Amino acid sequence: MSQVQPVSAHPSAETLLDRARWLSRERPDAPAVTLVSHDGDHTLTYADLLAESARYAYALEQAGVQPGDLVVLVLQHGEAVLFGFWGSMLLGAVPSIFPFLTEKLDPERYFDSVQKLVEHSGVKVVITYAELEPALREVLGACTTPPTILTTEQLQPGGDIQVYLARNPARPDDTAFLQHSSGSTGLQKGIMLSHRSVLNQVRSYSAAIHLTPDDVVVSWLPLYHDMGLIAGFVMPIMEGIPLVMMSPFHWVRDPAILLHAIARYGGTLCWLPNFAYNFLATRVRDADLEAVDLSSWRAVINCSEPVHAESHRAFLERFAGRGITQESLMTCYAMAENTFAVTQSRIGQPVRLDVVERAALMERRQAVPTDSDVPSMTIVSCGWPIEGCALRIVDDQRQDLPERHVGEIALKSTSMLSGYYHRPDATAEVMADGWYFTGDMGYLADGELFITGRKKDLIIIGGKNIYPQDIESLVNAIKGVHAGRVVAFGVYNERLGTEDMAVIAEVDVEDAEARAEISREIRASVTQNVDVVCRYVHLVDHMWLIKTSSGKIARRANRAKFLEEVLGQPEEA
Amino acid sequence: MKDQIRAFITAEMIRDAKYPLKDDEPLITGGLIDSFSLVELALFIEKTFGIHLDDVDLTAENMDTLGQIVAFVEAKQ
Repeated sequence: MSQVQPVSAHPSAETLLDRARWLSRERPDAPAVTLVSHDGDHTLTYADLLAESARYAYALEQAGVQPGDLVVLVLQHGEAVLFGFWGSMLLGAVPSIFPFLTEKLDPERYFDSVQKLVEHSGVKVVITYAELEPALREVLGACTTPPTILTTEQLQPGGDIQVYLARNPARPDDTAFLQHSSGSTGLQKGIMLSHRSVLNQVRSYSAAIHLTPDDVVVSWLPLYHDMGLIAGFVMPIMEGIPLVMMSPFHWVRDPAILLHAIARYGGTLCWLPNFAYNFLATRVRDADLEAVDLSSWRAVINCSEPVHAESHRAFLERFAGRGITQESLMTCYAMAENTFAVTQSRIGQPVRLDVVERAALMERRQAVPTDSDVPSMTIVSCGWPIEGCALRIVDDQRQDLPERHVGEIALKSTSMLSGYYHRPDATAEVMADGWYFTGDMGYLADGELFITGRKKDLIIIGGKNIYPQDIESLVNAIKGVHAGRVVAFGVYNERLGTEDMAVIAEVDVEDAEARAEISREIRASVTQNVDVVCRYVHLVDHMWLIKTSSGKIARRANRAKFLEEVLGQPEEA
Repeated sequence: MKDQIRAFITAEMIRDAKYPLKDDEPLITGGLIDSFSLVELALFIEKTFGIHLDDVDLTAENMDTLGQIVAFVEAKQ
């Protein structure tokens, strides 16, 4: 790595708009974003990005948007969403990116979820495409105060970027944008991030990954997710680092495009959820790798779902000959509530693997290192807290636990959320005395954080968080299923490097064809509502499911029963 | 060809080799296979039948049912 001054050398910026002014003045002709698409690559300079954003700001202003108003972007991955995001911020309005409709989702349910968000959050404007406008207009008409709908097609030329940059509509503690707490239930929980928090995150995280002007970020990640929005968009823009991006829908069908973009642009940094390591290692044709040089790639950062050493190994094995080294495989622990990163492994050092006694971890919740033959588990380090971030590990009473004891991870930092938008109740649940209680379980050892699981049941598939209760309530609504006699959980799939969804439901019918029909309905309902696949749908007779003494369906006990009786595997970690 | 593809989908994707997959049963919109699996299926088809599938081919329009997949592959051969 060259000895170039780290970026983030701009401590005077107090808002993201201060940085936009700097970029406009100092870097107008430098490449800001290159979009890789089927039509070829298209590069926008900072001047292009800002000028187009001004056009969006103009249209929003014409629609009556004021500082602090909420603007929701229902747009696919592409230029429009970038312009809509910055255009809103130029006015001091608060943009929020909503996941776009996919071919699997049921459009009616999808529009209904947009309507709920708009109604709950008092959205002022929704920006979308002309083709979605009629359907959105119809559902949003039911809102108490229907928002204005702007389509990308109707935007007229207008708006001078210098006029907008000369204004100062936002103060450091004003909300810059909303991120969404992931999971379908979480869609109504907008995470407010102030300009101050976002800039603190950008500065601390840039330092943690030794960001320099020589870096090039390459990303296929969706922008409605914190990893995509911050690491794969906001940070490189704020730091004036070239960014190469592609649509997640394009990448998932042709994973080699990521590697080609890295080779073509000398990409140095890329963030991936764990499953993507397995996916890239196994789903790229040899023919697509010919002459692909990945040696510029200095850090491949594993983040947003549990990290598995096996996935790193598979990735290294496939790409070592292309210039990937053990030292380039990094880890990070992040969440939208902290803007993004909480911890980061040390650049240039192999990530530490902690081999601990299985029984001690499962039964006493202690991480006892072992090198003997006792049954053990390998936990991958997520690294050290980034600057400005403090961690605690606490028990159920939120009392501190000693080193190597597993408890809930709490954090206090300079880049935290201001709260959940219009949800003081939800904010109070997770924050106390300035500490945010993450719901994730883990332990600290020599200052490094190791994640072991979640306090509440949560399924993570391909980096996407899914609450089992959302799945269970969908399945409960299906005819033939015993209401309340359903359980959903994740089962780790080593081949894919992520979890598979499993659903167990009690039914009355015994006829095979009738059962097959119920299975089909369960799969279709889950995929059309949540956009994930149920790998296992297991229908059982009445009274198969285990209940707790208080009469609730016990997810973990039923998961263990399923693993043992149906899959024939003992309980894994 | 149909039986080979059916066997691959039921064994590798649905994870239930006995699953009675119908020719016209929606795979993608029916929640049987996800976008990640689509590439895996495409690579299997390429290897087994010696054709090349482009990523733009991998849509619900072309590949939502076993019948569609077979017709699509035959047209490519």
